[in-house]
Amino acid sequence: MLFGFEWDTSNDLVFAVSILPILLRGMIVTIEATFLGFFVALILGLIFAALKAAPLKIISWPAGLVTEFIRDTPLLIQLFFLYYVLPEYGLVFPAFLTGALALGLQYSAYTAEVYRAGIEAIAKGQHEAARALNFTSLRTFTHVVLPQAVPRIVPAMGNYLVSIMKDVPVLSVVTVLEMLNVAQIVGDRTFNYLVPLSMVGGLYMIMTLVASSGVRWLDQTLPKRGLSLK
Amino acid sequence: MHWTEYLNPLMQGAWLTVQLTLYSTILGAALAFAAGIGKTSRNHGIKAVAVTYIEVFRGTSLLVQLFWLYFALPILGQGIGLDLRLPPVVAGVLALALNIGAYGAEVVRGAIQAVSKDQFEAAKALNFTRRQTLWSVALPQAIPEMMPSFGNLAVQNLKDTALVSLISLGDLAFRAEQLRNFTQDSTTIYTMVLFMYFGMALVVTAMMKMLERYVGRWRSARG
Repeated sequence: MLFGFEWDTSNDLVFAVSILPILLRGMIVTIEATFLGFFVALILGLIFAALKAAPLKIISWPAGLVTEFIRDTPLLIQLFFLYYVLPEYGLVFPAFLTGALALGLQYSAYTAEVYRAGIEAIAKGQHEAARALNFTSLRTFTHVVLPQAVPRIVPAMGNYLVSIMKDVPVLSVVTVLEMLNVAQIVGDRTFNYLVPLSMVGGLYMIMTLVASSGVRWLDQTLPKRGLSLK
Repeated sequence: MHWTEYLNPLMQGAWLTVQLTLYSTILGAALAFAAGIGKTSRNHGIKAVAVTYIEVFRGTSLLVQLFWLYFALPILGQGIGLDLRLPPVVAGVLALALNIGAYGAEVVRGAIQAVSKDQFEAAKALNFTRRQTLWSVALPQAIPEMMPSFGNLAVQNLKDTALVSLISLGDLAFRAEQLRNFTQDSTTIYTMVLFMYFGMALVVTAMMKMLERYVGRWRSARG
């Protein structure tokens, strides 16, 4: 029994049906962790992108080094680092929050690149045109750069959302009860790993297919030449 | 314990990480070419196998794949009367290679399809067979295009090897966890391990850059 649901091991099919509600409980945690991690990655990535674009080398260079470091080290180790080292400095978070933070940190290095590429893709002539029309730099950013950058940035971010979803099972090592961890527990108690683990694989296929078709829809819906401001 | 005493066990783990990365990247590259070329095949059977492989391994989580191979596959084998119990190192290399191979396959397919259509038409006009066209025309131009993405995937694969510590393989991540349990000195150990992975990633990146420069010559001159 887990989360108040009994399982029935009389045969594989009955077993699969009986543990589905348990796995769906885990799936909810997986989705929550995905979105929280994604949110952190969006914010942190924006900060990194801004720092890396700073005109002062003394700011942009360390920012580039830090993102490179984050990108080149495994999520698992970053997670352990946050989970074991932060409490030594008095920062004690629940495992779920630490996990989402680690996901967000790892992917911020990637989202920073997406922001940078999306903004740099706008032709230089447009900046010059905006200047010629006496736009302030803020107005240039909000009215010229952003409407064109957003349709480029959003689908790329969507792909990272799917990647984050696939990395959530790593959080099981710090006791987060996401889908894979739940399936492991069911396997440990019933000695049948085949059914729960195969179901997790199937449920993951469904989640990623839904998420990637959502991303594709966004990619096709967003106007390529930029959002209209009127 | 002084931090220098951690070096020896960590280096032992790092050596296994290097080996795992090497074997799974090579096997993964082979899978990537097989599946990537298979996806462009006109034979529906081959194409279906390639597409299914790519979708399944890109659509699920690596850790799920690893656990499935290690915990679920033996039970499946029992059911059909085969001994499919894999040693951890085989399950680890296989899961990593299958996963990175599926991502690589999309890179291979994309690069082959990006070769200009004129080239295929010219090959056809010169009466090249499809196999000749692939080997002598498409791949020499496509492979240099694949290299930057392959470089990223190789680093990705290095990072992913950390997950095999969860099926009790004594890689760098596993040694770190062991040392932490023993000494409780998490800050020092994990900082060292992060820098060791970073160092290894820089080496992988440099090696892939060298390989990129080497195959880059295929694009222009062919002997």
